[in-house]
Amino acid sequence: MNLKPTRLRMCGNWVLDRFPLAQVWNEHMAHYYAPKNFNFWYFFGSLALLVLVNQFVTGILLTMNYKPDAKFAFDSVEYIMRDVNWGWLVRYMHSTGASAFFIVIYLHMFRGLLYGSFKQPRELIWIFGMLLFVALMAEAFMGYLLPWGQMSYWGAQVIISLFSAIPVVGDDLALWIRGDYVISDATLNRFFAFHVIAVPLVLVLLVFMHIVALHEVGSNNPDGVNIKKSKDPWGHPTDGIPFHPYYTVKDVVGVAVFMIFFATVIFYMPEMGGYFLEHANFIPADPMKTPEHIAPVWYFTPFYSILRAIPDKFAGVIGMGGSIVVLFLLPWLDRGKVKSIRYRGGIYKKALMLFVVSFIALGYLGTQPVTPLATTMARIFTAYYFGFFLLMPIYTRWEKLKPVPSHITMQPTLEERIPEIKAVFDEVTLVTEGENTKRGFNQTGAKNVLIRTAKNLKESLD
Amino acid sequence: MIDETVDKSKRQFLTTALTVVGAVGTGYLAVPFLSQMQPSVKAMAAGAPVEVDISKIEEGQLIRVAWRGKPVWILQRSPETLETLKTLDGQLRDPQSNESDQPESSKNPVRSMKPEIFVAVGLCTHLGCSPTFRPEVAPHDLGADWKGGFFCPCHGSWFDLAGRVYKGVPAPTNLEVPPYRYVTDTQIIIGEAAEEKAA
Repeated sequence: MNLKPTRLRMCGNWVLDRFPLAQVWNEHMAHYYAPKNFNFWYFFGSLALLVLVNQFVTGILLTMNYKPDAKFAFDSVEYIMRDVNWGWLVRYMHSTGASAFFIVIYLHMFRGLLYGSFKQPRELIWIFGMLLFVALMAEAFMGYLLPWGQMSYWGAQVIISLFSAIPVVGDDLALWIRGDYVISDATLNRFFAFHVIAVPLVLVLLVFMHIVALHEVGSNNPDGVNIKKSKDPWGHPTDGIPFHPYYTVKDVVGVAVFMIFFATVIFYMPEMGGYFLEHANFIPADPMKTPEHIAPVWYFTPFYSILRAIPDKFAGVIGMGGSIVVLFLLPWLDRGKVKSIRYRGGIYKKALMLFVVSFIALGYLGTQPVTPLATTMARIFTAYYFGFFLLMPIYTRWEKLKPVPSHITMQPTLEERIPEIKAVFDEVTLVTEGENTKRGFNQTGAKNVLIRTAKNLKESLD
Repeated sequence: MIDETVDKSKRQFLTTALTVVGAVGTGYLAVPFLSQMQPSVKAMAAGAPVEVDISKIEEGQLIRVAWRGKPVWILQRSPETLETLKTLDGQLRDPQSNESDQPESSKNPVRSMKPEIFVAVGLCTHLGCSPTFRPEVAPHDLGADWKGGFFCPCHGSWFDLAGRVYKGVPAPTNLEVPPYRYVTDTQIIIGEAAEEKAA
């Protein structure tokens, strides 16, 4: 039987003869082998891409009604919120998306710290990722000026003044960035240009390079094992599975769960108690008066705390910049030979745990007004923040490493753990009185469970 | 037939020459592009002087006026305040205003032309927030060391009522004093320098 190609197939072939669509698809999706043991932490890369798309779509819609003019900007945002059909939804999707972006990115970066994803041969992926992070911060900062509220104005005033701390050229540089002697219409207009076109282009380019670099060396995994070492007769890694359909389908689950949280925030708490959209930003910008309490949006507060902790203008700016720069150097600071935290020594686990604590503490302190106690705390956590990175070359050498398996290990699934969980439940809730066993609170059982948990916790930190 | 003996040095020369010409061209183009972001002629022209009537300011009262888009404070200080200012030198970073920005006529311990009238740009020299006016002594939130002054809520800088910065805070220098002059005893112009004292 001679099958005559359909017209559709002929059109398809016409394209494929001229554009390597199938090749790109195979290389990056259908024939891209990813380790088979990805866990929860591996959702955040694809989620970041989803949020990026969300920001693009909602951002383009907002541009259609927003006016980048100091006289009209604040009112045009209110106009979007009140009079444009579904304007409130698009605006809240965009503002919540900004915060969601940082939540996702911070978790994505933390995954890197957990499983050593920044280590050889993935240093360049980490560098591209860090550049993305910096571009994202610039994007968020410039976007925050656009509503032209009090926080927009004074936040921009503070951040641009950071540049004036640079010796010799600082004041001229700040003037050049503002385009005026104070934050003004000129500043707003250029930030709009950067926010809607210049920085998004950079972001897209960097995302492309981040992914190309990743697909060149292959994904890391929770075991930090190189899956390319063992291959089946067809040349595919035995510990790998094709990204499509396995991980595309898995990521859909991540997307669904993410959207539940995202929608909840948009519909029920779009301002997130003043953390996602600050209260003072519902007052139009007033160059004569700084709000009583000014704080950046939550995702900048850890770095802002570091700035505030140092009682010297230039040193403060250096400290704040250094807290970002030091992240770039991570692949060369960490001398531990093992990638995954599962096989690293207790010293790194404890150091990382304390780092998370200090990062969150700095973030919290950055939202609070300045008091002597808060300043002292911020100084301690700042010292720890830098200690974690700068002492790394020393303490990662002392690590007592555990043997790394040659193949990927599979953790028990939740389903497999049901009997174990049930046993613990029974231990706490079954009481034996002579012959009878009945439900009730079992004190010794509870004590044993607690002691066991504490022991396991201690063991897992060694 | 391809000649095996290609003169590579000529190619190298042409490549280098083209690179240099390209770089110079890019450099020339960068000037208008970067200069475009400087303040425009209109923005530079907008800094007209402001005339202020100070006759109605009461003792201890502070008024704010806008000059070049910045807040400018005019404060009438009491004799007690001026006495307190004399006692603070040890706690200040630059009590004689040697490293701070002010016109010559205000370069004195009280940082003003007339001791009781204090004029300053109300922007913190740290990162440009507008400090709050806190004339009261030892309020609950600022502690017993507070002798009245300006407190920056952004990063916790302290200034006394002459705009002089305390030690141990992020702000590097005293508050800026703008050029100003008295037209009459109750009328000042901000943005015009006082005439130098006649010789």
